[in-house]
Amino acid sequence: MSLYSFVKVQVEDFDLSTEVKILRTGHKDIGAVVSFVGTVRDINEGDDISVLELEHYPGMTEKALENIRLEAHERWPLQSSLIIHRIGEMQPCDQIVLVAVTSRHREAAFEAAHFIMDYLKTNAPFWKKETFPNGETRWVDARVTDKEAETRWLK
Amino acid sequence: MLEILYFASFREVLGKAQEELPVENYKTVECVLKDLAGRGEAWQQALKDNANLQIAVNHSVATRQTELNPGDEIAFFPPVTGG
Repeated sequence: MSLYSFVKVQVEDFDLSTEVKILRTGHKDIGAVVSFVGTVRDINEGDDISVLELEHYPGMTEKALENIRLEAHERWPLQSSLIIHRIGEMQPCDQIVLVAVTSRHREAAFEAAHFIMDYLKTNAPFWKKETFPNGETRWVDARVTDKEAETRWLK
Repeated sequence: MLEILYFASFREVLGKAQEELPVENYKTVECVLKDLAGRGEAWQQALKDNANLQIAVNHSVATRQTELNPGDEIAFFPPVTGG
């Protein structure tokens, strides 16, 4: 596995090109790179959103992300992988999460990236809180569809 | 001692982010929940009676039946919503 595989939980924004370049460094055997970037929508459940706040559980969150990443490496022949998840306050259009994986062939990379995102949604301790334009706030409820998405990967 | 942590909506509803409890009083997570429920309706609804309650002990997913040891860190939180 690559030295450049990693997980990061950070307040700062990230740059897709920079991160993918790091992920590919030193690998001449990579034939596929698949990345997913999650961004903040300006509307949720029909309501306008002005601020999205991400809370996490320091220590457990990093561990959960690393476990998901390692599980992906066990299931697919990946060369390297990364997960970056932001915390703190964000606005619509901001980037929240980046998942990127590399492999020799595209099938493994597509599936592994999909798997990591589905598992992250239901297993990594993050919580979203929305602020509406009038200043009221609401904790986001977990979606049944996210739980269903996870089940497709059950062995 | 046991270190108890509350996250997200739980922290707001219960008005507490963390506290310490004496380990000798609690054999399992369920014992802690029973005791906390005695603090009032908000505590009972958010934790003991909450079918969606998520539990972690020492940063690993746990259940109400998980046994506790001195120094354990127990976290209570609602279903996660990251990504």
